[in-house]
Formats: sequence, structure tokens, C-alpha cells
Amino acid sequence: MASRAAGHLTGTTPVLTAHAVHRAFGPTVVLAGVDLTIARGEVVALLGGSGSGKSTLLRILAGLDGEASGDIVVHGTAAVVFQEHRLLPWKRVAPNVGLGLSGADTAGRIQRALAEVGLAERDRAWPAELSGGQAQRVAVARALVREPDLLLLDEPFGALDALTRLRMQVLLRRLRAEHSFAALLVTHDVEEALLLADRILLLDEGRIAADLPVDLAPTRTPDDPAFGALRRHLLDRLGVPTT
Amino acid sequence: MSRTTLAEPPAEVVTAAPVTPRRPRSTRRYRRLISPVVLVLGWELAARTGLLAPEKLPAPSDVLATGWRLTRDGTLLVHLLDSLTRAGAGLLIGGVLALVLGTVAGLLRLGDDLVDPPVQMARMLPHLGLVPLLIIWVGIGESLKISLVALGAFFPIYFNTYAGIRDIDERLVEAARTCGLGQAARLRHVVLPGALPSLFLGLRLAIGAAWLSLVVGEQVNAQTGIGFLMMEAREFSQTDVVVLGLLVYALLGLISDLALRVLERRMLTWRRGLRAT
Repeated sequence: MASRAAGHLTGTTPVLTAHAVHRAFGPTVVLAGVDLTIARGEVVALLGGSGSGKSTLLRILAGLDGEASGDIVVHGTAAVVFQEHRLLPWKRVAPNVGLGLSGADTAGRIQRALAEVGLAERDRAWPAELSGGQAQRVAVARALVREPDLLLLDEPFGALDALTRLRMQVLLRRLRAEHSFAALLVTHDVEEALLLADRILLLDEGRIAADLPVDLAPTRTPDDPAFGALRRHLLDRLGVPTT
Repeated sequence: MSRTTLAEPPAEVVTAAPVTPRRPRSTRRYRRLISPVVLVLGWELAARTGLLAPEKLPAPSDVLATGWRLTRDGTLLVHLLDSLTRAGAGLLIGGVLALVLGTVAGLLRLGDDLVDPPVQMARMLPHLGLVPLLIIWVGIGESLKISLVALGAFFPIYFNTYAGIRDIDERLVEAARTCGLGQAARLRHVVLPGALPSLFLGLRLAIGAAWLSLVVGEQVNAQTGIGFLMMEAREFSQTDVVVLGLLVYALLGLISDLALRVLERRMLTWRRGLRAT
């Protein structure tokens, strides 16, 4: 069992430190000792092929895997957005966002979170009445309303169509600029990682195989030559021929 | 100039709109009434003309007249209340027991291992076949009727509680955990509402089983109840009362099912949205 501790967030302490995270399913070792640190406000993308264990790692960091080993310390609060929206079908949008929320003015906080994802008018809707993109935005609002220091994003836009995915990426960039949360973005989409992350980790054979800073301007576009170079480099590392 | 022509309504599109002759729903509903009405009228006619011997099957109008007579002198109400009391008590006992055991087996691995095997085995016994054994155990009094109803109601509620809990999407439980919900809160916000549709199905099946058990139970030495009314009438060849009893049983089943459907629709509003998409 991975020990997962929570601490207070002060000054320059990283929001997340994970050390020697190990996970095996029977004889198959998926994570063979992963070390990982995320600084405050830093967005880290975790790239890897399918089956590389990137979602497994995120689940461990979220405290959802009781059979992993390693030391994980989260300073502050974390919230998760999954690939599927995972909204409770028997609750309307607003109570879904406010699930487990306590404290003063929850209704106002829920309404503000919904407004931030552009769904202030849909608070009374049932999840089944929403489109895929809307439901995923509600899931983002459900994470945001907790004002997390760290957002764990497990291929959050993977199930959306291409256009909706682009809009969600823009939305996430805007939210990040406003709230300056740290995030771990698990994705298999190299462009998405390059668009959103400050740093990219490559997961291969159960280990962090590369740790690459993304030295691009905050308002980056795929037309940027530097973007293209990084993209080719990453695809190369992932074993995808680019020519 | 070209703009004005564009702004004109395209007349040929309007005429091209498909005109499907659709029968309004009310017409269909009336059409579905035809055959039952014809059947009842035929029955009435056959009884009136003497084609049906009154001691075999009296005319529906006679059955209704008997019903009215027994309602006015209060007999029907007394027996109906006794039957309802038995059904209610049996449903409550069997239902609560099934709910508790089904929840324990559905939620806890230990509960599953200990509770489920004997229940699965007992399910194979036709509970109405237990009447001789039950007579030996609890006698031929009220407890027999109530035990029989409780047994009939137990199994559908148990199995649907168990299945309802087991079928809950594990991913939703996980999401609730990441939202900081503890075990009790997860039960309240995820497990209970998630199992509710299944619980309703169980309850509906249980009520059906309860009426059936009641019919059988009330034919064993009952002193009151709709079943007693029918058995007594049979001895005096009052076929109209026997048919009336059947009618009351059918109505009870119909009304309880309808009431449950209304309740279900109220409590499971979210599923209507789900069906619409």
C-alpha cells in the first residue's frame, strides 16, 4: 500500500512528491519505481503509449489504488477529472458539482464554478440531458469548485470529438491562467501535451524515461516551428515515425 | 433584386412536406377497448339467454350487483381489510428481512459469502409448496398466511437489492471518493440512488408474489378475508361471490401496481431524461 500523506502548502514546497511508486498486476510490473515532483502552479503532462501505466500512476496519486507501494505526499488539495465525466445520473448538474462540498456559500461557489465553464444556465439539467462536451465541462467544474492546488486529469478530453477537444484545451488554459493550479495531465496526445504543459514526462516500461521542459510561449500554437520540432522529438521518443 | 427572390418562401418545399396519415393516439386507445367490451357483452348475453348456467358462470351484471350488495352491508370491506392486513404484514416482514440481508450480501464480501449461498438454495424451493410444512410449524392460523406472504415477498426483494447494489458503476463510487465522500455519504449519494430502480422492480415483483401467496394462504382454514369469502361461497354454490372475489384480487393487483408506478415515476425522475436521449 502506497503511503499517501497530505500536508500544508507553504512557499516553494512542491504540491506533489512521489517516490519509488511501484505497481504490479500479478506478474506484470506496470510501474517499476516512479519518482515525480510537481511544483506549485506547474502543469506537467504525462505522455506514454497505451498500456504504459500512465493512468495507473494517476489513480495511485489520486489515492484510488490500494495495492501500490511508494511514498506520495500531496501538499494541499487535489481533485480529479476522469476520461468519462462520471457524473451521478440521479443528481442534477448543480448537486453533482457540489458533491461532498461543505462550508459557507456552497450554492454561490457551485454557480460560479458552472459559470466559469460556461454552463451557468444548465444547473437544473440532468446529466443525461447534456452533450459529451458539456458533461465533461461539468466534471471540470466539479473539480474546480474545490479550489484544488493540484488537478489530476486522466485523459480528460480523450472521449470528446476533435472540435470539442480543442475548445476544452482553450478552456483549460484560461482556467489555469485564472486559478494557477498545478496539474498532472495524463494524455496520449502529443499536441495536447505541448499546448498545455510546462513540462512533459515520458513514461516507458514503468519508469519516467524522459523529463522535458516545454520552452514555448504561453500563447503557443502548433504552427510555431519550435512546437513542431518538439513534437517530432516526442513522437520519435514514443516510437512513432514522423516521416 | 436577387436578394428579394431569395427571401421569398420556397413554395415547393412546403408542398413537398411529407403528409403521413397518422392515427391519433386516442383513436388507438378506443380501438383497444373494442375486444374486451365485446367479450364482456358476449358473456352477459350468454348468461342472460341461459347458454351459460348461472351456477357455472353468472352474468357480469349479477357479479357487480352482488359486489354492490356486499359493499353496502359492509361484508366486503371487513374481508378486504383482513386480506390487506395480512398482505401488508407479510410484505413488511419479508421485505425488511430481504432488504437487510440483500444489502449485507451486496455490500460486504463476508456477507455475500455467508448469506447468499443459503438464499440461493432456498430460492429453488417453490414457496407455495411449503404449505404442508408451514402448517406443521406455525399452525393454520394467521401466522400461516403472513409467513406465506412474507416468503413470497422475500425472494424478489432480496435478489433485486443484491443485484441493484452489485450493478452500481464502480467508477461513480470512485468519483465520489475523489470528491471527499466518506463511506456513509457514498452509501447515501451513490449506492442507494443507484440501487433504487432495482429496488422498485423487486418491490413490484414482491407485491405480485404477495397477492399470489395470499390467495393460496387464505384457502387454508381462513375465517375472514377475500379467500375465505370465496371458499365459503363455493360451498353454497354462490358462483357470483366466487367471481367477485377473483375480481377483487385482480383489482388489488392492478391498483398496487399502478400506485407503485406513480411512486417510481416520482422518485426516478432522472431516468426519464435518460430514456429521452
